[in-house]
Amino acid sequence: MYKILKKDILNEQVKRMVIEAPLIAKKAEPGQFIIFRIDEDGERVPLTIADYDREAGMVTIIFQEVGKSTRQLGAMEAGDSLLDFVGPLGRPSELDGVKKAAVIGGGLGTAIAYPQAKKLNELGCEVHSVIGFRNKDLIILEDEVKAVSAKTVVMTDDGSNGNKGFVTNALHDLIESGEQYDLVLAIGPLPMMKFVCEVTRPYGIKTIVSMNPVMIDGTGMCGGCRLTVGGETKFACVDGPDFDGHLVDFDAAIRRSAMFRDKERQSLENHECRLTGGKHNG
Amino acid sequence: MANMCPNKVPMPVQDAKVRNGNFKEVALGYTEEMAMEEATRCLNCKNRPCVSGCPVNVQIPEFIEKVAAGDFEGAFEKIKENNALPAICGRVCPQENQCEKQCVRGIKGESVGIGRLERFVADWHMQNGKNQPFKAEPNGHRIAVVGSGPSSLSCAGSLAKKGYDVTILEAFHVAGGVLMYGIPEFRLPKAIVQKEIDALREMGVTIETNMVVGKIFSVDELLQDRYEAVFVGTGAGLPSFMKIEGENLNGVYSANEFLTRINLMKAYRFPEVDTPVVIGNSVAVVGGGNVAMDAARCAKRLGAENVYIVYRRSEEEMPARNEEIEHAAEEGIIFKLLTNPQRILGDEQGFVTGMECVEMELGEADASGRRRPVAKEGSEFVLDVETVVIAIGQTPNPLIKQTTPDLETQKWGGIVADENGKTSKEGVFAGGDAVTGAATVILAMGAGKKAAAAIDEYIQNK
Repeated sequence: MYKILKKDILNEQVKRMVIEAPLIAKKAEPGQFIIFRIDEDGERVPLTIADYDREAGMVTIIFQEVGKSTRQLGAMEAGDSLLDFVGPLGRPSELDGVKKAAVIGGGLGTAIAYPQAKKLNELGCEVHSVIGFRNKDLIILEDEVKAVSAKTVVMTDDGSNGNKGFVTNALHDLIESGEQYDLVLAIGPLPMMKFVCEVTRPYGIKTIVSMNPVMIDGTGMCGGCRLTVGGETKFACVDGPDFDGHLVDFDAAIRRSAMFRDKERQSLENHECRLTGGKHNG
Repeated sequence: MANMCPNKVPMPVQDAKVRNGNFKEVALGYTEEMAMEEATRCLNCKNRPCVSGCPVNVQIPEFIEKVAAGDFEGAFEKIKENNALPAICGRVCPQENQCEKQCVRGIKGESVGIGRLERFVADWHMQNGKNQPFKAEPNGHRIAVVGSGPSSLSCAGSLAKKGYDVTILEAFHVAGGVLMYGIPEFRLPKAIVQKEIDALREMGVTIETNMVVGKIFSVDELLQDRYEAVFVGTGAGLPSFMKIEGENLNGVYSANEFLTRINLMKAYRFPEVDTPVVIGNSVAVVGGGNVAMDAARCAKRLGAENVYIVYRRSEEEMPARNEEIEHAAEEGIIFKLLTNPQRILGDEQGFVTGMECVEMELGEADASGRRRPVAKEGSEFVLDVETVVIAIGQTPNPLIKQTTPDLETQKWGGIVADENGKTSKEGVFAGGDAVTGAATVILAMGAGKKAAAAIDEYIQNK
């Protein structure tokens, strides 16, 4: 059993939990992920490691309540335990030797972009962070990101924080203003990562994206997480989750992300039915 | 005087029309009377060819003699001397190619039903046997076993019997490897596997799940930190794909993914459990091995109306056991033999709509001795399916190889080990599919047992 030590609510949909997992904390690196399972009937859900504390033996996860399992996880409290928590899985991000990087986080992706920005900063890289949200109430980790970045731009789709636009607009402006990045790291929803890659492609800036497809084992066994990268099939769990964004077939990845959509909806509805006795909550 | 009936006592099975709608076990097992009757068919011949056909040397005539005499517990103890997992072997061993192939009764009629008798004895013990786990005097030596499939369970059991302090490290959340994630409930009930694993625990074996060796510990760290030797039994878990167009469409699964969703994650109980499996009305399973039969029979049980086995050679070359092919056919699986997939077709949303195939004919024999299938020109056709399961084989997972630089491996990924499981790295032993590539449960068990003996020798001479 893996104990939840701490729980914070970052916004109405996004929660942060610190999990007791000393062996994983000892080995975890930015870019890697864990798989959790709540109980005997639970599914295996991958989440990127948002932070870790080797001495204290703790791993931080940040998640958005999008389906049945994340909704159920969000309802758990400090002191509760998860049945399974396995990792660290995947390859760590390759961040050594980068001099100046733009780190782009879209929504929840900011939670995964943050440890990368932190690590780059520790390695002596000049970090410019661009994070974007739908509106100002959904902004997460702004202070944390600012603390590890030489420059931070926070965008909102609706302009409610006074800075209207997408992360792609902000990144484009930074590049056009003469900033010379040797790496762009983009983490967020698939369409966002796709468009970031389209922004950087004409400039030839190396762009790394973090993929998070459906998977079961996370060790290369099921192949459910396969992606088309540079015309070849790759497994996100063992070949990634980081990939060269200019080689990823995002349209194929977006189509594959719909494979279980109906079942996911059914599972969530069934869960809410059980919670509310048949009535839907707003 | 031996019972000279030319045929085996038939195995009671669930009716095909009933069983293809449930996940309960197909073969129901002998009663005591049936077992005793079948046991009298054994001639107890002097040469005992059956024993030489068994990869773990079960003393077959001796145990069968005890069954004939009604001493089922005695028979169980006899089997247990050599076989750590009889309830499993009695169900999934390809006996027709091993012990039963050698049986003299097979010359003029059917061989003795050794597998059925082994299963009966193991099940009888689970029901009626006195549970007195054998606990050896601890010898103080710690051994790590990586993976918990058949080779690892057999290795761990053999070492525990000698007093070793054995820890199994399993990547999944439950132990059992392919016995849990791969072989379906209707062929090998998971409660049976669980009982065998519990028996190992009672012998003093520690099982730690959620431990991905290569990530959380390297093999070197295991050797430095706690253990005097490491056995690697990580199986062949990496799925092969055909590398044809459309393989990444929605509705295409590797057999591993399809079977893991169903067997390990119990997707057939969705939404009562959280893991789903999406399946169309028509399903094509590509391949001709036991895994393909398992996948096809699962698809039928999940409610698919048309389930096809698509195999590029003929029935004669099919690597699946005859019994599995027969069971699949009885359950309504449609065999599209001498048929090779060319590409998988999809709609705009990326979901499978069909599979284009070409008819094949058999040409000259190839390196494997089987006649090479050759495409018949102009014979292309589209099989209307919404789901495709690729069951054309698995190779060893590269995780251990990648993180153990001085462990020698074959080009295709198998760990190089001698016949006793000794690898190129001191203190590291390996066996099962991780060494041989995908093979059978019993061969993996045999390798685990041999490696346990080699580990014992290594520790004693250290």
